[in-house]
Amino acid sequence: MVNNKAGMTLIVKTITRLTVGLIMLFGIYIVFHGHLSPGGGFAGGVIVALSFVHLMLVFGKDFAMAKISRNLASNLESVGALMFLFVALLGFLGGSFFHNVIAKGKPFDLFSSGTIILSNISIGLKVGVGLFAIFLALVVLEMAKKE
Amino acid sequence: MIFAAIVAIEVNDLLSSVVAVGAVGFALCVAFLILKAPDLAITQLVVEILCLIILIRATIKRDLPLVIEGRWVFNTFVTIIFIVVFLFLSYFVFKELPAFGQPIMRVANLYLNEGVLKTGSVNLVTSVILDFRAYDTLGEATVLFASIIGLMAVLRSPGRKGKGKV
Amino acid sequence: MSLYLLCFLLFCIGLYGVLRKRNIVKIIVGLGIMEYAMNLFFVLLGYRTHGRSPIEASNQQILNMVDPVPQALVLTSIVIGLAVTALFISIAIRIYEKYGTFDITKIKKLKG
Repeated sequence: MVNNKAGMTLIVKTITRLTVGLIMLFGIYIVFHGHLSPGGGFAGGVIVALSFVHLMLVFGKDFAMAKISRNLASNLESVGALMFLFVALLGFLGGSFFHNVIAKGKPFDLFSSGTIILSNISIGLKVGVGLFAIFLALVVLEMAKKE
Repeated sequence: MIFAAIVAIEVNDLLSSVVAVGAVGFALCVAFLILKAPDLAITQLVVEILCLIILIRATIKRDLPLVIEGRWVFNTFVTIIFIVVFLFLSYFVFKELPAFGQPIMRVANLYLNEGVLKTGSVNLVTSVILDFRAYDTLGEATVLFASIIGLMAVLRSPGRKGKGKV
Repeated sequence: MSLYLLCFLLFCIGLYGVLRKRNIVKIIVGLGIMEYAMNLFFVLLGYRTHGRSPIEASNQQILNMVDPVPQALVLTSIVIGLAVTALFISIAIRIYEKYGTFDITKIKKLKG
């Protein structure tokens, strides 16, 4: 890999390269199907964060930082929060805060339930990136102390 | 589960204590599954994993001098009084609680009957979170945001110029 | 009814840990146990005997569902609990850096 010194042994790295994409895909699936099956923005966001944490634990700090830096994490979290607020404000079109304005569609479809899916995506973005930012801050602190 | 909780409080080694807390969390996950709450089970499971990672990172490599439990009579006395008062008050609460298995569902019946028609969402928990009670979720997002900003402010190493962020 | 009693017992264990222990990590662990007990209590309140989970199936009408409102409240509370635990841990790490110990009585002595 890029940096062979940091991180764990070869076996762990190989397995991680195979699985980390699947974990992240599963998290995104849970976010998108939050209105159909158990799950939703919170659980899916935490799974996405876990995939990044997995990457960082195995390959070391620098590799994960190359994928997503800390500034980007903070910015994305703010985007998630503002997007949720925007979905709430969108309800004013229909008359009140958090009013469900988009067409409901047929139940049991993927794009069925109006603003709920938008809210789910924004919550998932916010929770996932926020928790990853927490973990990143803790790890960076450890690194700074060793120097 | 209760046994694991007692172990988590009483064991001397910090790492064992953290692992015992993980056992409590996973037992809670199974309990949620039995109580017919699959959303909560998924969320509890993944949150528990992340929480364990954070806790272990915090406690590992900290060689803890064995805490000598001295005579701490006053503190123990206050603790026991607190717990007795709590149990005494909860005795009155027990009489008012609905019996297990027959909850009072005045609001929830409305949600259950009209949820699918009004929101179009099949998962009723999601429809309650994001449509009927979205104010709660907005407040939750605010709390999460404030917590993350507080954590970054606490962990930022002061007095370091030129390198930008930590 | 005995389930409620066990739930209260779990809460009491957490309370004992918070009030009695000297180690900061033990106090955080106690707070976590109290939080678990609260979540469990809410979900226990909403359970209905022989209930179904609150998700509609595609072809038949399901009656006798579990109460979805406590589940929704607890779902947000779990994630908040994780964030708050991380905040506590960061404060504890700062204290450890400054004083070199997790023991709260020693911290008091060093300060005064």
